[in-house]
Amino acid sequence: MSHEDRVAVLPRRSFLARSGTLLSASAVLLVAGHESRAQGMGGATAADVNILNVALGLEHEAINAYQVGAQSGLLQKPVLDVAVKFQGDHKGHRDALAATIQKMGGTPVKEKSLDEYAKALKADTLKSQSDVLALAAMLELGATNAYLGVIPSFKDAQLAKVAARLATDETMHWTVLNNALGRPLPAEALPFGA
Amino acid sequence: MLERCIAGLALAVLALHASAAGDALRGRALYESRCIACHSIDADRVGPGHRGVVGRKAGAVASYDYSPALKSSRTVWTATTLDRWLADPEKTIPGQKMNYAVPDAQDREDIIAWLASNPIAKPAP
Repeated sequence: MSHEDRVAVLPRRSFLARSGTLLSASAVLLVAGHESRAQGMGGATAADVNILNVALGLEHEAINAYQVGAQSGLLQKPVLDVAVKFQGDHKGHRDALAATIQKMGGTPVKEKSLDEYAKALKADTLKSQSDVLALAAMLELGATNAYLGVIPSFKDAQLAKVAARLATDETMHWTVLNNALGRPLPAEALPFGA
Repeated sequence: MLERCIAGLALAVLALHASAAGDALRGRALYESRCIACHSIDADRVGPGHRGVVGRKAGAVASYDYSPALKSSRTVWTATTLDRWLADPEKTIPGQKMNYAVPDAQDREDIIAWLASNPIAKPAP
């Protein structure tokens, strides 16, 4: 069994079976406590909505990056299943962020076409399963750091907590992908969000 | 014409200064762990592409949908203005949408050096 396969042999089937329910529950939890503020966004709310919309753009890209990987024919089972599960997580993030933005009176940023994402991510350079995993790992690490990095900018502490929760999901993804690539763990403590 | 040449020369000097000050290799590693979620050198993604950013006016990539704050800003990105921006985007250009800061001065210097090492390619003579 290859290193990638060993990592992918997780109890994911049972997790996948439950993931739809979990994601829906997550979406509800993220927006709980945020009453609709559609009638006149204040400056602080508008600033928070801007951050959430950037996050939503990032999630749109992540979903499409995994789609590019899944359609590439380069991912073999069971790695493919894990990629699909991670894509599902990002769809959950997308739904939660879009719902929160709408509740706050904002307009969720729209998804671009798959071709646009593929071109921006240079999908034509992906030649192997490792290439796809490396791209995904790079994006997940970037997302972890992005979410941690915007936490101090939120005016609403509850939204800062949402960013922290999203960051932990991305960290989980990065850890699995990093392991699948056979890369070492970070040498030092506190490697994220510095 | 002369003004353009002088302006171009000034920007080239600024870019050179930026690349000389920091460690571009370390800056690349930082870029690929901190900035890569939203940015690439050669493509607009969640954020605008960065090739040629040193010396460019803020909000000037035609293919990217900037915030009104960036579009209307008169800022020109130099090592100095980029350092200020990365230290505190909202304080530098209120109403921006990046909201991601790089608190450490050496990290900023190295990231700027990496950005400066990716100028717009000159057409072949």
